[in-house]
Amino acid sequence: MSEGRLIVGPFNRVEGDLEVHLDLADGRVRSARVNAPLYRGFERMLEGKDPRDALTITPRICGICSISQSAAAARALADAMGLAPSPQGLLVAQLIHAVENVSDHLTHFNLFFMPDFTRPAYAARPWHGQAVSRFTAMEGSAQRAAVEARAGLMHILGMLAGKWPHTLAIQPGGVTRAPGPRDKVRLATHLRAFRRYLETVVFGADVEAFADLASADELMRWTGGDAGLFLEIAADTQLAGLGRGAGRYLSFGAYPLAGGYGFRPGVWEGGLRPLDTGAVIEDVSHAWMLGDAAHPLAGATLPDEDMREDAYSWCKAPRLSGQPMETGALARQVVDGHPLALDLAHQGGVLARVAARLLEIARTQILMEHLVAAIEPGAGFMVSGRLPQRAVGVGLVEAARGALGHWLRIEGGRIVGYQIIAPTTWNFSPRDAAGIPGPLEAALVGTPVEDGESTPVAVQHVVRSFDPCMVCTVH
Amino acid sequence: MNLLWLQSAGCGGCTMSLLCAENPNVFELLSDAGLRVLWHPALSLETGAEVRSLLGDIVEGRLALDILCVEGAIARGPRGTGRYQMLSGTGVSMLDWVRQLAPLAGHVVAVGSCAAYGGITSAGGNPSDAAGLQYEGAHAGGILAPDFRGRLGLPVINVAGCPTHPDWVSETLLLLKAGVFGAGDMDALGRPRFYADHLVHHGCPKNEFYEYKASARELSEIGCMMEHLGCVGTQAVGDCNIRPWNGEGSCTRGGYPCIACTAPEFEEPRHPFTETPKIAGIPVGLPSDMPKAWFMALASLSKAATPQRIARNAVADRVMVPPTIRKPRR
Repeated sequence: MSEGRLIVGPFNRVEGDLEVHLDLADGRVRSARVNAPLYRGFERMLEGKDPRDALTITPRICGICSISQSAAAARALADAMGLAPSPQGLLVAQLIHAVENVSDHLTHFNLFFMPDFTRPAYAARPWHGQAVSRFTAMEGSAQRAAVEARAGLMHILGMLAGKWPHTLAIQPGGVTRAPGPRDKVRLATHLRAFRRYLETVVFGADVEAFADLASADELMRWTGGDAGLFLEIAADTQLAGLGRGAGRYLSFGAYPLAGGYGFRPGVWEGGLRPLDTGAVIEDVSHAWMLGDAAHPLAGATLPDEDMREDAYSWCKAPRLSGQPMETGALARQVVDGHPLALDLAHQGGVLARVAARLLEIARTQILMEHLVAAIEPGAGFMVSGRLPQRAVGVGLVEAARGALGHWLRIEGGRIVGYQIIAPTTWNFSPRDAAGIPGPLEAALVGTPVEDGESTPVAVQHVVRSFDPCMVCTVH
Repeated sequence: MNLLWLQSAGCGGCTMSLLCAENPNVFELLSDAGLRVLWHPALSLETGAEVRSLLGDIVEGRLALDILCVEGAIARGPRGTGRYQMLSGTGVSMLDWVRQLAPLAGHVVAVGSCAAYGGITSAGGNPSDAAGLQYEGAHAGGILAPDFRGRLGLPVINVAGCPTHPDWVSETLLLLKAGVFGAGDMDALGRPRFYADHLVHHGCPKNEFYEYKASARELSEIGCMMEHLGCVGTQAVGDCNIRPWNGEGSCTRGGYPCIACTAPEFEEPRHPFTETPKIAGIPVGLPSDMPKAWFMALASLSKAATPQRIARNAVADRVMVPPTIRKPRR
């Protein structure tokens, strides 16, 4: 089967529905087409509604990026209202968001990505026994430890956000619940427990030691914890050169605080340049969507019920200045200028994406501890504002999987336009009118396919290295 | 018992919530109880051809299907084809897959309000023409007929919630596994009574404010959210404030209103979610089983009787006035 065509699906251990079409030649992927096969139409649901309802409806686009959607909606509304949230409310909202992002990275590494190395195809490798013991789906010891640590970390969300997923705690003016002194010490306790898990299980060393890694060479010498096991596997299976991207990275900037971003926004393409969201368009040439390419403030979502032959996905194709962009933890850490990420950007493949997520787990743990230390229990956590009859608002955040934007138009006090571009809309976009493939489609070219493989394992590594969220992709 | 889990037109959040199960963790909970997961789209190893082969084994009768869990509404559009969600790699819509698999299952469990009633996926103009498994909103008959029964005789079990509490799902599965869950254990909308016989109001920490109708005017104030902020915890089923979420949480504990996410058509309240609809200044919705005249009489009386402590705290973002401490009598 290393010649001809393959359709891979149901493609699981990604969030939502994914189908990948491969053209093979000479034992490699010659070209790929990525289909997001579910359309629900959230943007259309919002039209005509009270703008505040976006805070209830948009988190329910996605059960794994729920708070990211919530945060983007709150920022879009605040922008439309001309409202700055209370500094302490903003800080708590970032803590809530960070907990979701770290949890998602943990879920991806343990439940979605690593189980592929337990496959019999790898039975002859020296690390296979350990991979089976740690990462067998729904049984492995690392999987059990990860869901327990994740559930414990999420007690922070029980305290500050009521529940996860689908909270209404994050509002344009701040957060709905004011933590007191008792909350502050308890939050710190949850974070210490999570640090202990990271240091004994994931890294086998101080979180700071991993966050301080400054080069790919230093990284490859890391042996502690499941991170060490992953790096051993990555070296043996040559994940560094697999699924390499184009090296164009986009970040909207994570954790905006009164004093600046936790991880700064920008675009990186061999060097850093400022972000200009005015240069974003969504192309619909290969999507089952009607209408023309447009900036999201002018765009619409008009599904093509005939599902025309020359299109192949419900996903639109966002482009920045005409170029597809890769987004996610690697992009975010590259744009932020972390030395390890900048070094990994030279590889830009499966290893780089997964290692950047581990780096970000370490860095975000430190960030969350600083956020909790900065909570002032006597402060105000909410300011009120008034919704205008007519306005536009833009909400840009960084979900675990990368840049997430909400573009909102209000007329007559009602939503008249709501466009969302999610991280995986960028990463898993179809071709555009110029025929330029999306980032995953491009990264899959050249991926080896062994004789007889109907669901090529290397293809699975590449696809899952992006940590796709397909329910967000089309929404 | 074999369990197959499918994710249809939803957000995957009920699975994400299930992963928050504690003591024991979800994997141990299922395997210790003898519940074997044939395949789960987020958690199982098998992908692509392996899954197609497994689905084939079930359809051809080579593999018994004891429990079918469906998470997400079912998209019927465009124009009744179901092509808004094709089960990837199969060329067949999820609509057709579920209609084919449901009669083969011992029990069919709708996980979450989308699978039960359509839920948020059917909000707005319902762009994907989504419905629940055996209900469309509050009306019996979804993509399965009102008289549909699983092989073992039960209608679809609606573990409604947006998302579902991890324990609602796991305890429903445990009861099914134990063979002690019958038609009498479901309420009139197919929800397990072990959580649907409670109201979100039960155990709500704002109960004292509610007693005096001492109301929060804006989100972040700690008073009762029924009068102004759209809270329907006195009408919504769920044990959310009896068995908390993620350690010690619930919507009302988080400072925002209950939107009755366990109910059909919660997604279209016909007013902004966080604003209480009123007629002549009086909230439209009444607490469950409360005669209107009595509610009005008690509300006006209790409002007039509101202690200063409660009135002040209701409109603050934290307790400003503590309860008076009485010294023990000597």
